[in-house]
Amino acid sequence: MSFDGLWPYIYIAIAGWLATDLWRWAGVIAGNRIDERSELLNWVRAVATALVAAVIAKLIVFPTGTLEASPLWLRLGAVMFGGLCFFIGGRFRQIAGIAAAIAFLAAGLVLLGV
Amino acid sequence: MTAPPDPQSQSHWFLLGMRGIFSLPAIILMLSFVGFAAFTAEAKVPVDQVMFMTGMVWALPAKVILVGSMLSGAHIATAFLAVTLSSVRMMPMVAALIPEIRDRRTPTWLLLIVSHFVAITAWVFAMEKVRDVPRGGRVAFFAGFGVTLTLTNIVLVGLVYGAVSEFPPIVSGCLFFLTPVYFLTSIWISARHRVIYWALGIGLALGTIFAVVAPEYDILLAGVIGGTAAWWGERALRRREAAR
Repeated sequence: MSFDGLWPYIYIAIAGWLATDLWRWAGVIAGNRIDERSELLNWVRAVATALVAAVIAKLIVFPTGTLEASPLWLRLGAVMFGGLCFFIGGRFRQIAGIAAAIAFLAAGLVLLGV
Repeated sequence: MTAPPDPQSQSHWFLLGMRGIFSLPAIILMLSFVGFAAFTAEAKVPVDQVMFMTGMVWALPAKVILVGSMLSGAHIATAFLAVTLSSVRMMPMVAALIPEIRDRRTPTWLLLIVSHFVAITAWVFAMEKVRDVPRGGRVAFFAGFGVTLTLTNIVLVGLVYGAVSEFPPIVSGCLFFLTPVYFLTSIWISARHRVIYWALGIGLALGTIFAVVAPEYDILLAGVIGGTAAWWGERALRRREAAR
């Protein structure tokens, strides 16, 4: 499509903004009716977490861009090494886990010449 | 006796939320947006349109799909369908967040506005931090964080668009990988219920499986089926423990 004139903005507003915010508004309406201690909220929490987990899995297993050319075992190895450092990292476990995973990935990319 | 509402404390919590821009999740998201700017610059989408969609759509996966649709010249209805399917997940995310942040007096219109700033990063951040904020200040705290994060990234995309024509592959690969690794650690740290760990594990497994067998609806299927299985299993175990 052409990127000139007003049309791209209308396109973004309808196919982007409206398509996304509709669900946020539906979430507000639904969330307003849920009791904080109800079993229903437990289910909603579980579904929301599983959705985000599925996004994470796709980013790791089916990445786009540079990582597309990297082997799956390297990416899984980076996540596992990061997880190991996370669980022994104590107070700094989040930074330790993330830094370890990225360092593992970077080292692998260099060694493999990806 | 209830304390009178203190107008000062609302701005106090808003400012405290704004300070979240210097947190690890905010910095990781900004790095992801640098990657997004590079992607759109390469695709030759004009920078003002990239900034416009950053503010209007906000969720990064939805924007990637939107740009893909624009580039392929998809009909606006087709683009709407693709983006809206990727954004269904906003509903349970917002629905899980709302009971955590509102109090009985929070007006719905305010929640409708504030909900615009929900995307994965802001959601993970809020679910983790909002516990330490008194209930009356939670909406202000989240708004402070969400608005600041969104505006900062609109400006950031505009600033770096021209500069990041091409990264060395190792840098862009590591930028890309930061996001999933950060999400994993944050969800683990912020989990307050056993069911969250179960949903995380099952969601990871089903997300991978459905990406292969049903790539059009993978996220949605993995979320609904995996989340329901995690909830059902955890509840069954909870009942058995209670019966003992």
